[in-house]
Amino acid sequence: MSTNGFEPQIVAFCCHYCASAAADLAGSMRLRYPPNILVIKLMCTGRIDLLHILRAFEGGVDGVMVAGCLEGNCHFISGNTQAKRRVQYAKQVLESIGVGGERLEMFNLSSSEGPRFAKIATEMTERIRNLGPSPVSRQKKEVVK
Amino acid sequence: MQQNGATGARVVGAALVVGGGIAGMQAALDLAESGIQVYLLEKSPWIGGRMAQLDKTFPTNDCAMCIMSPRLVECSRHHNIQIISNADVVSLTGEAGDFTATIRKRARYVDEAKCTGCGICIAKCPWKTDSEFNLGLSKRKAIYTPFAQAVPNVPFIDTDLCMYFKRGTCKACVMFCELGAIDLGQQDQYMELEVGAVILAPGSDIYDAGLSEEFGFGRYPNVLTSLQFERLLSAAGPTQGSILRPSDGVEPRKIAWFQCVGSRDQEHPYCSAVCCMYATKEAMLAKEHLPPGAEFTIFLMDLRAFGKGFDAYFQRAQEEGIRYVRCRASALTEVPGSKSLLLQYENERGELLTEEFDMVALSVGMTAPKGVSELAAATGVALNSFGFGDSSPSTPLETSRPGVYLCGTFRGPKDIPDSVTEASGAAGEVQRLLASGRGTLVSPKEFPAEMSQVGEEPRVGVFVCHCGSNIAGVVDVEEVARRARELPGVVYTDHVMFACSTDSLKAMREAIVEHRLNRVVMASCSPRTHEPLFQENVREVGLNPYLYEMANIRDQCSWVHGDRHDEATDKARKLVAMAVARSCHLEPLYKLPQGLSDRALVVGGGVAGMTAALSLAEQGFPVVLVERESQLGGLLLEHDTLSSGRDSREQVSQLVERVQANQNVEVLTDSQVVSSIGFVGNFKTRVASRSDPTQRLVEHGVTIIATGGREYRGDEHLLGQHPGVVTMGDLEKALKSDDPRLRQAKRIVVIQCVGPWDEQPFYCSRVCCTVTMKNILRLKEINPSCQVVVLYKDIRTYGAREEMYTEARRAGAIFVRYTDDDQPVVQAAGEALEVSFTEPSLGERLTLAADLLVSSNALVPSAGAEELSRVFKVPLGREGFFQEAHSKLRPVDFASDGAFLCGVAHYPKSVEEAIIQGKAAAARACRVISQDELMVGGVVASVEEEKCTACLTCVRICPYNVPIIRDGVAIIEAAACQGCGICVGECPAKAIQLLHYRDDQVLAKIEGLVELMAAGSVAR
Repeated sequence: MSTNGFEPQIVAFCCHYCASAAADLAGSMRLRYPPNILVIKLMCTGRIDLLHILRAFEGGVDGVMVAGCLEGNCHFISGNTQAKRRVQYAKQVLESIGVGGERLEMFNLSSSEGPRFAKIATEMTERIRNLGPSPVSRQKKEVVK
Repeated sequence: MQQNGATGARVVGAALVVGGGIAGMQAALDLAESGIQVYLLEKSPWIGGRMAQLDKTFPTNDCAMCIMSPRLVECSRHHNIQIISNADVVSLTGEAGDFTATIRKRARYVDEAKCTGCGICIAKCPWKTDSEFNLGLSKRKAIYTPFAQAVPNVPFIDTDLCMYFKRGTCKACVMFCELGAIDLGQQDQYMELEVGAVILAPGSDIYDAGLSEEFGFGRYPNVLTSLQFERLLSAAGPTQGSILRPSDGVEPRKIAWFQCVGSRDQEHPYCSAVCCMYATKEAMLAKEHLPPGAEFTIFLMDLRAFGKGFDAYFQRAQEEGIRYVRCRASALTEVPGSKSLLLQYENERGELLTEEFDMVALSVGMTAPKGVSELAAATGVALNSFGFGDSSPSTPLETSRPGVYLCGTFRGPKDIPDSVTEASGAAGEVQRLLASGRGTLVSPKEFPAEMSQVGEEPRVGVFVCHCGSNIAGVVDVEEVARRARELPGVVYTDHVMFACSTDSLKAMREAIVEHRLNRVVMASCSPRTHEPLFQENVREVGLNPYLYEMANIRDQCSWVHGDRHDEATDKARKLVAMAVARSCHLEPLYKLPQGLSDRALVVGGGVAGMTAALSLAEQGFPVVLVERESQLGGLLLEHDTLSSGRDSREQVSQLVERVQANQNVEVLTDSQVVSSIGFVGNFKTRVASRSDPTQRLVEHGVTIIATGGREYRGDEHLLGQHPGVVTMGDLEKALKSDDPRLRQAKRIVVIQCVGPWDEQPFYCSRVCCTVTMKNILRLKEINPSCQVVVLYKDIRTYGAREEMYTEARRAGAIFVRYTDDDQPVVQAAGEALEVSFTEPSLGERLTLAADLLVSSNALVPSAGAEELSRVFKVPLGREGFFQEAHSKLRPVDFASDGAFLCGVAHYPKSVEEAIIQGKAAAARACRVISQDELMVGGVVASVEEEKCTACLTCVRICPYNVPIIRDGVAIIEAAACQGCGICVGECPAKAIQLLHYRDDQVLAKIEGLVELMAAGSVAR
């Protein structure tokens, strides 16, 4: 547990062939990463929509990652490059509405990179933990109070 | 030669594929998909072969396991493939079309039917030895699987190590296996299989580096084989991708690769064909893995970058600072203390140098696989002098025994795409041989009619798996199941010891019926491995497979949070809530049958195109063969002899005769394709003929592009300006017409690698070196006193072609290397010529008089390639040749379904390779047109017409060129859609949805999570 007691909730949109497979491999290798990451599998990161990212933040999630195949090696040829562009745009949107673009990140990895998945998950958790709760989720809590 | 299938009375619609590496798997899948029952026999306890050990693959640096593991799973799940692992062929009797194979399946000591692959036995086994898979760089247990994705996912007991077999004690595995799957009394089994054909794909072995004692492998710890180095690079390998010296675990700063260890030597007079490229790859990857400043050197004789994209890869390596030294390393000594390695070598200028390296990788070549003589004896096939499978160049995939074919590295060293191509080609041979037996031994699995869920509220059943202690040891499975009952829509929950065991599957089916479940959520392992099994299970009680959803609480939860039980339980609850929420939004999807044409359109009537056309026509498919010229034959028409020594005319005319005699082939010469529309199974293409202005409309199910290439004709080296300068193609014609100049010449100079390299980056034309060797031997035959001097950059006589290089040198030809920076210069000297060049070992410029200069000009794409690429909406690659779907595993497919390519249209290649590729393209096409109907739908994009504004966004962005605009709306044919969803996220009108991944279905996962968090019962 972190010292400030804040445990972020992070959603990871992962492609079927590489990122999800790398996450599985991290498991097979019994690597360790924080339990804050929840994987949502898509066939390809090219399916990602600004809507999905924004809805996650609206619902109170503190960070979102999108993880696809290595650049140039997308199983659907160009899905990950489309995703990269959309993530870039979404970062701008998040920045402009005060959530912060750094709460969203795109990663590329191959299915054999179990250790890298664990590393990414750890670093992303650390990053969001340092940023603190998303302004949206903070607000939501206050409304509940 | 076989024509029109087997000649015997009986044709058995089954095939035996021996070898479960990438070639064997490819052959098995191509056959299984075209209605042939396949027995996939593997000597080791698991399929996967050599490719499973590779980290990345050249020249794209694709991860080997990423691209291969879907094939492993496909083989294991395919209802027409039966994997028989840990087995050998004992004998093969009968004849083509009707064989009986006797198989010995050696004892595994683990019951494959009971084992669920949970791995508890492996964890508990106390006995360790060196891992073969990691080549001694890590340990494995006495009961083990070699890698996480192993298929079958069932361990094997090594009786040499197991204490029970040695001393009769231990039995830890038996004690801990809750399924009783360990069977220490298991015996070898013998079985007889009836098959119509056999494909041999047993692969190859790597050279035993210990035999080259001069390099100290086995004595010097920091001398590794290239395959060991591959394992160091692998993130899933013994060091998790860290490159560390075995002697001290320190990262090396200077690494060298020695090429041709066990290749191109007295005992192995062939080139192993892959080592230059894999060493380049390993050096580039090592550079990524190590901190800046590390140095990488490859010691080689010739850089053999002869494949598509290889030269660009080599260029990149050089730009990244990989150093290439042209010298065959001959010996190493170890520095006492540091255990670094000292190499003395002579550089190209003849200077003697000494250099120290922290680590040395020996680029070991390929050798015939161990046990190959037993296999050859059992199956009755001949081996060549190197112990590889023997075949003739004009029938490259046939062994000496009719009905038994061969492919992959068993035919000789080669890379993955060539192995895969050969495997498809061999499958094509079997499809043709067994055409009349197709579909007789396979039957689609029958499922009961689906329950109608129309208008029903979701009734979700959640099944939480313990996976022995794999999940339950960390996650409170009972709590997860109990709390899942609180989730909206859930009417039933259960927790089971092993969800994938036969009795649990049955209990699940009963629960679905009893509780009228219309959605099923499985909280267990990875959908990658288990989804097909569970989906099939729900189908067996009439539930649509798309109403099934999975929460991965093992691989992505319990296995990675083993030390945090409460948090792992909370995470599992969240994953289950998300899966349940999504399941409520799922809809049944149906794959609907769509009719198709079984006709193939083959564009290009050269060797590759004719081979592909015949391959299909001889199994009864109608083929339209379009040729732009007035006669069939292509590039080969102008050739003299083939590298195999065969007369090219004979080879072409035999093919042409067979094509013309076959009633299923309609040949349209003097014709060109003008337009094409449609999608897999239903293409409509217009063909215009020069003589007949009316366009022919051809309706076809598949397209094969085999438009070849042509010899580049520029003005380099006075070509076209001096009569003494000819191209390689001209030399062929001169040899064919017995040109007197060839008999009279005193000296002929040949310059290799001539091409339009001022305008585009250099690429290797693959065939010229071998053709030059062939022509040297021909010239020496007709004019023994003529001196032949070859100016070259690298000699690329890969594989067995190396022997021709040796012969050419033996015949007295002189080889002098030139570089890009120091090119030969040709000047006219009256009727003769003067060629000047730098002799590297002398370091001096020499000028030779020559009677004839042969310019080995590049093969370039055919003139119509660009136009055809537009017509068929298929891409061209960097060099202007057609671009396949995937350079490694889909070498003859286009990315868009139903379109295939072969021959020089793909990349320059030899006649033998063009024949193989033609057969491979036919086999891939047969997978489509052998179906009575195509099942289309499932996870595909669907357009809401009323929202579509025909803005063309989807048309532009689809990487497969699927969407078209018709009547003002976008049409996405389900048959052609690949289901990525790229268009969905891009459509500005939100008019497209990806079925099964609709926005509400993706968002439901977030809603499920949000609701659970809001309920406050889980930690954030």
